[in-house]
Amino acid sequence: MQAILENRELFWSGFVTTLSLSVVAALLAFVLGTLLAAFRVSPFPPLQGLAVVYVEAVRNTPLTVVWFFMVFALPLLGLGLPTFFIAGVLALGLYTAAFVCEAVRSGINAVSAGQAEAARAIGLTFTQTLRFVVLPQALRTVVPPLGNQWIALTKNSSIGAAFAITEITAVAQRLSNTNPAQVVQIFLGAALAYLAITLTSGGLLGVLERRVAVLR
Amino acid sequence: MTARPRTRALALAGAAALTMALTACASEAGNGDTAAPAEDPGAEAPAAGDFPEGSTMAELAEAGEVTIGTKFDQPGFGLLNPSTNTPEGFDVEIAKIIAAELGIDEDGITWTETVSANREPFIQEGRVDYVVATYTINDERKEIIDFAGPYYIAGQDIMVAAGNPLGIEGPEDLAGTTTCSVEGSTPAENIRTNYPDAELTLFDVYSKCAEALKNGQVDSVTTDNVILLGLVAQDPEAFELVENPFTEEPYGIGLAKGDDDFRTFINDVLEASFEDGRWAEAWDATAGQFAETPEPPQVDRY
Repeated sequence: MQAILENRELFWSGFVTTLSLSVVAALLAFVLGTLLAAFRVSPFPPLQGLAVVYVEAVRNTPLTVVWFFMVFALPLLGLGLPTFFIAGVLALGLYTAAFVCEAVRSGINAVSAGQAEAARAIGLTFTQTLRFVVLPQALRTVVPPLGNQWIALTKNSSIGAAFAITEITAVAQRLSNTNPAQVVQIFLGAALAYLAITLTSGGLLGVLERRVAVLR
Repeated sequence: MTARPRTRALALAGAAALTMALTACASEAGNGDTAAPAEDPGAEAPAAGDFPEGSTMAELAEAGEVTIGTKFDQPGFGLLNPSTNTPEGFDVEIAKIIAAELGIDEDGITWTETVSANREPFIQEGRVDYVVATYTINDERKEIIDFAGPYYIAGQDIMVAAGNPLGIEGPEDLAGTTTCSVEGSTPAENIRTNYPDAELTLFDVYSKCAEALKNGQVDSVTTDNVILLGLVAQDPEAFELVENPFTEEPYGIGLAKGDDDFRTFINDVLEASFEDGRWAEAWDATAGQFAETPEPPQVDRY
């Protein structure tokens, strides 16, 4: 632990980078994933097809490959991203969106068909039905699976160490080189940092889940 | 280009087989009461009985098997050949010279990939018997493992895009530019400490640095010259080397802390190979494709 204490500023900055990378990517994943789920249940076949192709293509590609594409392939196409952090946010966000889409879609399927039929009967459009009737109920039921996605995303952010982002895993690697005798302690410290994020958010998600639970 | 080393390798394998055949005869003949021949690690027939009982050398020679850690991603030193699934390079040849002195041929060697961050743990846990992996000898590492050698002195250098558009001639010129290295590596630490005005971009492998340099995402790549030479050799039209080494990185062979007999044995083998040309031959067949044959270094028996 001594190496971590001596380098606590570096360790802290790595922790903050992991946290901010995860939070921004999670926001992107949530927005895009919900949009994709809406596409999947829309009455417009091209949008359904688009969402199906996206989800199947992205969730069946390893995250490392997606990340490599963001960092090294986009510049070849003339679409280089300004920073490696942004590339990381896109890789994590676009990847996780595919899983969020499936979670949200399962929530939509859990809302009984009568709800949507009743909404249509009183004259609501598809968008209105989704926004005011179906999604509010669907999202309440998918808090646990979305929580899983958030935890997975936080841990997946460690791949950023391999793509020029100095997050907590990269810091651990750096410190382990300068303090080879404390490798185990240093990586244990990194693991605790991840636990601090995931356990805390797990608790918060539990509270959220109870607050928004649909009474049946 | 590839034909020459392969022929050499075959020739070496043939020579090794011949040596072993001779060994068998010699040891049978030696079963009589004739006095043991004088110590000469270069020529003498290796067998388990030649080593002090209980020593690492005796154990390995008896088992006929050795597990060696090396890099799988460093052209010229340790690069995995996907068609044979074995690594090739100068480190690999040095490792083989030591194994051969233990009476172990290539079939008895298990190659384990060791990256910069896991070399000490692998040695401490006994997952590898020794590590030959562009492994810089330094005091922090000596606290937990021991080093034989050095068998080569590398130096940190800089690789730039062909034509050197920014005119980088040395580490001082890195100020205000982005330079790429590997997280947790000694060269990165050196830049961070001694040239803080350079902005560091850190990946996990040097091949990504090369890709980033090609894309213009970084201005240069810095690490040991031999690693950079390997990258230049892979794409000489895109890269060039500044050729102004600014550190001394003695490459050693990592082994378990406190195994002084084994360390002395490896040092003896290295010195013998410096003398009898096996060291230079190993260099010419591998990293020598990218750089001239250097003078063998002085082994450090600390």
